[in-house]
Amino acid sequence: MIRIEARETLSIYWKLGLPVMSALLALLLASLPLNLAGAPILESYKQMVIGVLGSKFAISEMLTRATPLIFTGLAATLAFRAKLWNIGAEGQLYLGAMAAVSVGTGVFDISGLILVPLIIFCGCAIGAAGMVLPATLKIRYGADEVVTTLLLNFIIIIFLQYMLEGPLKDPMGLGWPQSSPILDQGMLPPLMDRMRIHFGFIIAIFCAAVAHFMLIRSIWGLKLKAVGENMSAAKHAGIPVNQSLITVAAISGALAGLAGVSEVAGLKGYLTADLSPGFGYTGIVVAMLAGLSPLGVVISALFIASVFVGADSMSRAMGVSSYLADLVVATALLCVLIGGFVSRYKIVRIAKNGGKN
Amino acid sequence: MKSDPILSLKNLSKRFGTIKANENISLDLYRGEILALLGENGAGKTTLMNMLFGHYMPDAGKIEVTNASGEFINLALGNPKASIAAGIGMVHQHFTLAENLDAIDNILLGSEPLNQLRRRRKIAENKIISLMQESGLVTPLDIAVGQLTVGERQRIEILKALYRNVRILILDEPTAVLTPQEADSLFKNIKGMTSHGLSVIFISHKLREVLAYSNRITVLRQGKNVGEISTSDANEKKIAELMVGSETTLPRRQPASTGKPILKLEGVSALGRGLRDSLKNVNLTVMRGEILGIAGVSGNGQAALAAVLSGMTIPEMGTMTLNDEKLGNLDPAKMVSKGIGRIPEDRHRDGIIGSMSVAENMIIEGLSDPTFQTNGFLKREHIAAHARNLSDEYDIRGPGISAPAQLLSGGNIQKLILARVFHNKPKIILANQPTRGLDMGAAADVARRLIDARSRGSGIILISEDLDEILRLADRILVMHDGKLTETQTRDRATLGLLMAGQAA
Repeated sequence: MIRIEARETLSIYWKLGLPVMSALLALLLASLPLNLAGAPILESYKQMVIGVLGSKFAISEMLTRATPLIFTGLAATLAFRAKLWNIGAEGQLYLGAMAAVSVGTGVFDISGLILVPLIIFCGCAIGAAGMVLPATLKIRYGADEVVTTLLLNFIIIIFLQYMLEGPLKDPMGLGWPQSSPILDQGMLPPLMDRMRIHFGFIIAIFCAAVAHFMLIRSIWGLKLKAVGENMSAAKHAGIPVNQSLITVAAISGALAGLAGVSEVAGLKGYLTADLSPGFGYTGIVVAMLAGLSPLGVVISALFIASVFVGADSMSRAMGVSSYLADLVVATALLCVLIGGFVSRYKIVRIAKNGGKN
Repeated sequence: MKSDPILSLKNLSKRFGTIKANENISLDLYRGEILALLGENGAGKTTLMNMLFGHYMPDAGKIEVTNASGEFINLALGNPKASIAAGIGMVHQHFTLAENLDAIDNILLGSEPLNQLRRRRKIAENKIISLMQESGLVTPLDIAVGQLTVGERQRIEILKALYRNVRILILDEPTAVLTPQEADSLFKNIKGMTSHGLSVIFISHKLREVLAYSNRITVLRQGKNVGEISTSDANEKKIAELMVGSETTLPRRQPASTGKPILKLEGVSALGRGLRDSLKNVNLTVMRGEILGIAGVSGNGQAALAAVLSGMTIPEMGTMTLNDEKLGNLDPAKMVSKGIGRIPEDRHRDGIIGSMSVAENMIIEGLSDPTFQTNGFLKREHIAAHARNLSDEYDIRGPGISAPAQLLSGGNIQKLILARVFHNKPKIILANQPTRGLDMGAAADVARRLIDARSRGSGIILISEDLDEILRLADRILVMHDGKLTETQTRDRATLGLLMAGQAA
């Protein structure tokens, strides 16, 4: 018989060594299918590193990819801290993006100094509403937010498809289901010349810093922790539990909405139904990998974006199927999650002598 | 009676992590005796019995038991089946009965073979009825267990053990849920069974019942067997010393004059978990500088009363008046701000947030206090200073104010809660089972602090299952039964016991 026990302490060598070992294990495991596909392994991994760090362009691509993941990772982190399981960041991301194109594509032809904040505000507000609704249902009727937020994703995506075929459809778009482009002055400015990295990345880092500060220094953060760790004692101590849940739901939804704003107004310029390749769901992985720490979210988003971008560029350089890139990504994530598990828990064998069982 | 032992524990040891739960414990049990296993919480009583019953695997030592033909054999360790086969039965403090089944099915559960096609309920019923006649443990057999009283459920647990032909019966804190009369009758029946050859080990931390019912006493302290004594040679002082290792006495109130009424509950009704546990038209007045004791077997409305006074439940009917001000729209924050301090029954669930630091737990009820925050941001130096002061003042020992509160011992967690509550100088203090599960030193400290608060003029509502505690501390006694309160002048245990059972004295 075996049993899983929480580790009490972990030596510094294990703490540093485990992530490195997990990454090496991932590379080792992924080399098997790479070898089967006929790609030279060392060369493939060299291409992967070049694809992430080899040039200014590569770094810009990686940071661009990390930006939405920081937002959705933070959205999951804050909600999960309060044991509010927001699985709906994907939908809230699209709500934010729809809000951005609703106000940013010509309804208000005003200075960018007003238009950009307006777009951001609307994206946050609508994203927040998309999470406050399930949180209210949970508080009022006990509806499980895992179910409601997950299902809302599908509703929102179907609604998005309707909007892109209808009210939001670009009349100049040659019939494609896409929105009109955001006005030039409404776009988030790029950070480097001829690179895709944009101001959304700065906003994401800022949000992570603020979230970190609020969690450790504010009464709000303390209340959130109390509600998440022991709701019964929090209520007994006079903390308004429902109010805390609604607030954190709104902030979580707003951050996910911001991911949509940043993608549409920072990167793509117009909205299509494939804006997000699952950033909302990957955000959950980012948050778990970060151990629900806002600053950790930045690091884990950078890591995941690196694996994505690196594997992608490797598959192009080596001429192997892009499915292999997905495989490398999945293996890396699994190995790191297992590494995180091993660092927190140990498996104990229980000796059974004496009894015949 | 001192023939050969039928059970012999030899040098048993068990560690959990760094804690030595049991260290080199040896113990003999003779045929037909009642052995009391006495010790404070955490002394290792339950660990020892769990090894005997096969739930835990000892790290060292062995257990010998006589088999049916009377010879000594080694008991297979860590194997409940072997223990049951050797005739060892255990009745846990928290019952393990299926509430939707009747007594017969509960007794048969686990002892019927799965591959038997027809159930033999009738045969079983006859055997159970004859067991009831032999033992005197009578209980209805055809009613779902969920509808029976706690005493009846306990009898079913014991019958379940007897049905499996136990020769050694272990009872873990059997009287915790009984009125004094029920406890008396339980032990009368057990005495009768021992005269037929049953041997009983009962675990307790109540000195009084140990002295009244056992033949022999073994005392555990910090995982070690610190003494065995024949009950006829024992007295309360002697065993208390063995238990605690030094002389500790629980403080007792001195009579004092009480002030004017501060808190009044009039016609309060509130829903509890069940009908029996709901408040029914309760009236209650608390004076300045008194300890109002609420006695009763738990599950009779104490939880609902505590919930109302804590602001966790809004009463269905009735009014609460604090110093002539009517309290409406009760919520916990409002209760705190009005000066009602609350010491919850389940201190781990309601009292602390285990993963948060000791310092954070100390301010959790005062988050709007400007001492601890400006514009919603924590004043960390002030919070730490506050925590250090309270830790000194209330002698809270542990790994420090920044360590998670769950690392503190039960007694220190209770001190943390007392510190938080008393620091606000409350007018009313609700103390719900404030010493439950605490060792004697910690319990004495809690009692002393309650008496101190009383002399500072607070009105204290003390809810306790422990009648001795009520008698030691309370200036006035109300008895709670079936959601109703009855005031009584008597301090006689038997009369109080009758009131607790709902019989007018």
